[in-house]
Amino acid sequence: MTAIPMHSSAPPRRLAGLRSGADYLGTVLRHLAGNPSSAFGLVVILALIVMAAFAPLIATADPYAQDLGAALQPPSWAHFFGTDEVGRDVFSRLVYGARITLTIIALVGVIVGPIGLAVGTVAGYFGGWFDTALMRITDIFLSFPGLILSLAFVAALGAGLENAIVAIALTSWPPIARLARAETLTLRGADYVSAAKMQGASAARIIWKQIVPMCLPSVLTRLTLSLATVILTAAGLGFLGLGAQPPLPEWGAMIAIGRRYMLESWWLVAFPGGAILCVSLAFNLIGDGLRDALDPKQRKGRH
Amino acid sequence: MRLALSPTSGRLAGFARQAGTILVTLLGLLALTFAIGRLMPVDPVRAMVGEEADQATYEQVYHELGMDQPVYVQFADYLGQIARGDFGTSLRTGQPVIEDIARVMPATIELATFAILIGAGLGVPLGVLAAARKNRPTDHLVRVATLLGHSMPIFWTGMIGLILFYARLDWVGGGGRVSDFYDGMVEPRTGFLLIDSALSGDWDVFGDALNHLILPASILGLASLAYITRMTRSFMLDQLNQEYITTARVKGLSQTRTIWGHAFANIRVQLVTIVALAYGGLLEGAVLIETVFSWPGFGSYMTNNMLTGDMNAVMTCVLIVGVIFIALNLLSDLLYRVFDPRTR
Repeated sequence: MTAIPMHSSAPPRRLAGLRSGADYLGTVLRHLAGNPSSAFGLVVILALIVMAAFAPLIATADPYAQDLGAALQPPSWAHFFGTDEVGRDVFSRLVYGARITLTIIALVGVIVGPIGLAVGTVAGYFGGWFDTALMRITDIFLSFPGLILSLAFVAALGAGLENAIVAIALTSWPPIARLARAETLTLRGADYVSAAKMQGASAARIIWKQIVPMCLPSVLTRLTLSLATVILTAAGLGFLGLGAQPPLPEWGAMIAIGRRYMLESWWLVAFPGGAILCVSLAFNLIGDGLRDALDPKQRKGRH
Repeated sequence: MRLALSPTSGRLAGFARQAGTILVTLLGLLALTFAIGRLMPVDPVRAMVGEEADQATYEQVYHELGMDQPVYVQFADYLGQIARGDFGTSLRTGQPVIEDIARVMPATIELATFAILIGAGLGVPLGVLAAARKNRPTDHLVRVATLLGHSMPIFWTGMIGLILFYARLDWVGGGGRVSDFYDGMVEPRTGFLLIDSALSGDWDVFGDALNHLILPASILGLASLAYITRMTRSFMLDQLNQEYITTARVKGLSQTRTIWGHAFANIRVQLVTIVALAYGGLLEGAVLIETVFSWPGFGSYMTNNMLTGDMNAVMTCVLIVGVIFIALNLLSDLLYRVFDPRTR
């Protein structure tokens, strides 16, 4: 059935903004770029993407090429960030490691956002025992610190990068589902939703067309902030030997190997850790910026 | 106390509903640990009988462990064992898992307690200060510092700390709870090294243990510091925006009295809740920090067992963490109910 545009069913302004997607995105990006701290975040993420895309051009050496004669050399012009215990160039390994970091972030984001949004909006819209059941499951996941639950899943699934991504995704959706549900509960009784219902729109259509777009701003903000934690968890798993496995140049795994030589060769842990810090900080800053841009309600509470 | 009949029965119903919720959550938690145990790529039968056992022995043990039963029967067996307090035997140490955990727990509690003292001791005043100087340089500085603390990989911070304060400056001890020289010199009575050494009057060991504790505890504390500071600041701002604060100021009350005597007094319950949750949250950081500092606590125990695939130990560790967090959430609910009359 075709919805006849009625006055009362006109979606609120935030949704109207979403209709012209590119325009809206431009506004948000301008806002982020205008604030020094979120602009810094954008620059870091852009640098990460460029590093990942053009790794062979940026790296000064093969990230896997060993040179035992040049092992554990301090930073110099030949090796910007020094060399590791088998003479591999740390800078080049960091550059290639950007690909792994970006893969983790992208996959976890793509899995977690839709799942959290779907579970939250559906539970919130239908309510009743269905809502109770879904929220009990969410609560069980939420009763763990993320890293420990990810550790347990990786222990169950086996160590490795793919399983680490699955484990992190499994533990990251509940906060998003909670948030989407809370938003849905406030929207469920709104006039424009009732109007759509009276026009005979199906539940699926109402959730997809009327509720999901309204949840998007806060879900995106929350997802961005979650990704800051995801990076730390992934690095932690790599560090404990349960995530990406050597010789993959994953930053956490690089630190784990560097740990054996760190008291003399500080550069083995200092640079990969610095890279993790920068990316995690960038997502936190962008998340804060997004909250200011998309969620004026929360901005008032924060300042 | 004036208690009308209807609110009391309402409260009872509330408690009954909450008890039901907790029971369901616990059951879900057990289902989760059971699933993790069954998913683990380790054959528990093979681990028990060894590589050389013949097929007949294997099948006998397979049967004895109930592995030929349907999954729901196995799950019911698991629930029965847990109810009897039987958490199984560690395949690695051959000891009952629960005894292993009881032995390593004091080291972690010692570490986490010092960490939360540092985190809350610094975080609360910093948060109050930031709120009082909202949007001034102090506030921005605190915000940047907490964001940095929140974004640092804690295992990395730990290593940088070791490189700086142990290897370069030699201010603190290295890995472990004491130097090798003192290892095993104190009779373990409580398992808390500081208490044990103080009880037996070994002040050398006490000092050495403190020297080993200070760096990992500070770094673990930094993780909770960021969270506690942020929360304190936002709680304080909620209070400072209210009218009674304006009234207090109009009356001519000093800034210190307004902030600490009025606003701060009203956020104490919220703060206790936050600190309790942060204390539990330190378990997460402890897993990484204990590995960095070779600290023989719960975190090291759990990761070692995950790496070796010791099923019973992993399941029990996960269960314990879950129970601790459910308990902490419950405690914070309860605190609100007891101290905030509006929620009654």
